[in-house]
Amino acid sequence: MVPLVKRQTRKGKHPMSEQKIIEIEVLRYKPESDQAPHSEVYKVPFTDDMSVLQGVQYIKDNFDGSLTFRWSCRMAICGSCGMMINGIPKLSCESFLRDYYPNRITVEALANFPIEKDLVVDLSGFIEKLEAIQPYIIPKEPRTLEQGEYIQTPEQFSQYIQFTSCINCTLCYAACPQVGLNPDFIGPAAMALLHRYNMDSRDGGQAQRMELVASEEGVYNCSAVGYCSEVCPKHVDPGNAVNVNKINAAKDYFLRFLSPKGGAQ
Amino acid sequence: MEIYKADVVIVGGGGAGLRAAIAVAESDPSLKIALVSKVYPMRSHTVAAEGGAAGVKRPDDSFDYHFHDTVGGGDWLCEQDVVEYFVKQAPVELTQLEHWGCPWSRTADGHVNVRPFGGMKIQRTWFAADKSGFHILHTLFQTSIKYPSIKRFDEYFVVDLLEDEGRCQGVVAIEMATGEFTMIEGKSVILATGGAGRVFRESTLGGIVTGDGMALAFRHGVALRDMEFVQYHPTCMPITGLLFTEACRGEGGYLVNKDGYRYLQDYGLGPLQDKPKNKYMELGPRDRLSQAFWYEQQKGRTIEHPVMGSVVHLDLRHLGEAYLRERLPLIYEMAETFMGIDPAKEPIPVRAGVHYTMGGVCVAGNCESSLPGLFAIGECASVGIHGANRLGSNSLTELLVFGKVAGDEAVKKAKSLPPGNSATLLKQAQAAEQRVLALKTKTGGTERVATIRKEMVKSMEDGCGIFRVAETMQANCDKLAELRERFKNINLDDKTSVWNTDWLSAIELDYQLDVAQAMAHSAINRTESRGAHQRLDGPDGAYKVRDDVNFLKHSDAFYVPGSAPRITYGDVKITKSPPEARVYGAAGEKADQERKASHV
Repeated sequence: MVPLVKRQTRKGKHPMSEQKIIEIEVLRYKPESDQAPHSEVYKVPFTDDMSVLQGVQYIKDNFDGSLTFRWSCRMAICGSCGMMINGIPKLSCESFLRDYYPNRITVEALANFPIEKDLVVDLSGFIEKLEAIQPYIIPKEPRTLEQGEYIQTPEQFSQYIQFTSCINCTLCYAACPQVGLNPDFIGPAAMALLHRYNMDSRDGGQAQRMELVASEEGVYNCSAVGYCSEVCPKHVDPGNAVNVNKINAAKDYFLRFLSPKGGAQ
Repeated sequence: MEIYKADVVIVGGGGAGLRAAIAVAESDPSLKIALVSKVYPMRSHTVAAEGGAAGVKRPDDSFDYHFHDTVGGGDWLCEQDVVEYFVKQAPVELTQLEHWGCPWSRTADGHVNVRPFGGMKIQRTWFAADKSGFHILHTLFQTSIKYPSIKRFDEYFVVDLLEDEGRCQGVVAIEMATGEFTMIEGKSVILATGGAGRVFRESTLGGIVTGDGMALAFRHGVALRDMEFVQYHPTCMPITGLLFTEACRGEGGYLVNKDGYRYLQDYGLGPLQDKPKNKYMELGPRDRLSQAFWYEQQKGRTIEHPVMGSVVHLDLRHLGEAYLRERLPLIYEMAETFMGIDPAKEPIPVRAGVHYTMGGVCVAGNCESSLPGLFAIGECASVGIHGANRLGSNSLTELLVFGKVAGDEAVKKAKSLPPGNSATLLKQAQAAEQRVLALKTKTGGTERVATIRKEMVKSMEDGCGIFRVAETMQANCDKLAELRERFKNINLDDKTSVWNTDWLSAIELDYQLDVAQAMAHSAINRTESRGAHQRLDGPDGAYKVRDDVNFLKHSDAFYVPGSAPRITYGDVKITKSPPEARVYGAAGEKADQERKASHV
């Protein structure tokens, strides 16, 4: 990592102001004219502060306005700009060209999703999974606004807060070998969100969500590779959420013999 | 063309749009809601808000305090009746969000915690670490999934409003994945498209913040109000403009110049305080802090960096790593990732950058515009709570309070009106389709979208900066007129239909040029200094001060096809706070005491 402020080069020129050229190889696909995706290489001038996203924007602004990708916030919170960078799913806004130079860098659409055009993938399947897990508070004890807020102790808060950090960037889906094999697998991010609500002291919906957890699309698809957690830019650890739910689902299965409602109440 | 008949159409799926959609769904589940957004809702720029949302919480606070902070902070250009409603509803809406699962940060005994924020007398900013906007947005998006009557049109880009029988009756949109057009009819249309800060070069804003809704309403004859008031946030990352939240200062961060001197004490914000003290020093309002940055630069007391330009230091070191990781985790990571700086060990270089558009689509307290059936909420609207300078943490609350108001009002409207004339509306939609398609298919142009955009943002930065003079403001007006002409000669690289972002950026640029003109002309016409609009010129410097005789007025910019906008002025609603001198620090405290004494 290059400190922006202190370091000066020998000639008194700051490293950030020095312009170098990096080769960016982009996987292109125009569905209206291309039979299959193909690569194009662009020579992009850059400075050390520039992200991969800015490199791709440079291509669009200066070489080819038809290059297509999603982006918005530039600060790793909106979740739009995930790409395969040298084969690894990353947010392009917080990946820096300087870390790849002088080598050529390859940029492709996220793996395990159908490509719509260039770097844009079809997210509708992911969104359906997100909607399926009932990602909202199903109140354990309903409360009126006049009664004020629910009390949540630091201990209760710590149970779920980590799993609220998911930005829906879908890098974990691009990383997951099982999503590649079974696109219906509910997947790491959606399962982490399900776990987030199950673990919230305000919520009483765990039993309702259990059916999906234990279903054919559920947690048993996971082969515990853990790559999802490794690529997560927000340290949500979705792999952990999936595996805790494997245990919950197993418990629920056995408790079903004792209680018709199952164990998750 | 696809046709969808809704009762209520909402354009924009950020905090305001989602809150409105939920309000409609809860108020009458039989009404069909179309929620149209050019990005998936959780990508909306609400996501990037950091510090928190204001609402009275502590026993030593009051609605009256929140009211006076807001009105004074806005340099008396607020609609005071609207502010009164806003401050009362704020805690209700923030509690509602808590019930929906928002992970507000807590005190040790499990209650929602509040933090200090700039220009606020008592701490009243509800926060979720430094990702408050992110959590608000995801909570609202996830909650919205509960309601089957909300039909989302994700990644649909709105290109025009439909207007018939003197009222707004729907929108025309492009499905981005196919390039096909859809007409969405509705008896109420709510604009919730966010701000327009990307008309400037260095801003905290995401690429999507292009003023779409403002331009749509503007072109249909609705005034854009108070557009000259653009907020510069004092602590942004140089070059990228990314935001270091005001909560850095709320939690105790210092701003220092090249001598390590906390310079704010020289600008009416002192005396120096060791600990954060509300309305003193680093907890002054944003306009004053950005102006102080500018003065330091003029005095040669900023740090000059060969690449980043003039910067000052945001010093968080004394807060310690553990506290910073707990309260400001996003800021910590941003400094590390983007700047290679450990904020527990080194100060962060920052400068002022564009952050917020105080003005917007002119609406009444019920959020309805002058075009019946057309509502506007959130940053794209001017409902009147921010005046000439918004206080930090009022805007997230605004999304909730007025999202709810607009939702409820849209329901009333939708229920009271007969269905529109679909044949007439379709004809209009088809005309819009032809117009927008022509931009894509035309050949022979020589201008690039990126070139015109680059010139626009540079010109706006020069002409509508922290301090303004007639000469550069005029140059900006002229430049925008030139770019308006050159836009006609635009040529797109991409002529295809599927996911044509070249085309969509051109439509956005078209919107941006309209909004930029409204800002530039509103600015040059206001010959006084107030809030975020500060001038250095006038005969004997006459425009350097506030002029309540002539300019205790809202500006209204009206669209004039093919020409500069027409600027008129309207009254400001004053209920209980007549204009006073706007003072902070010790002077502010003294003024507070005098006001209290005179009321006894």
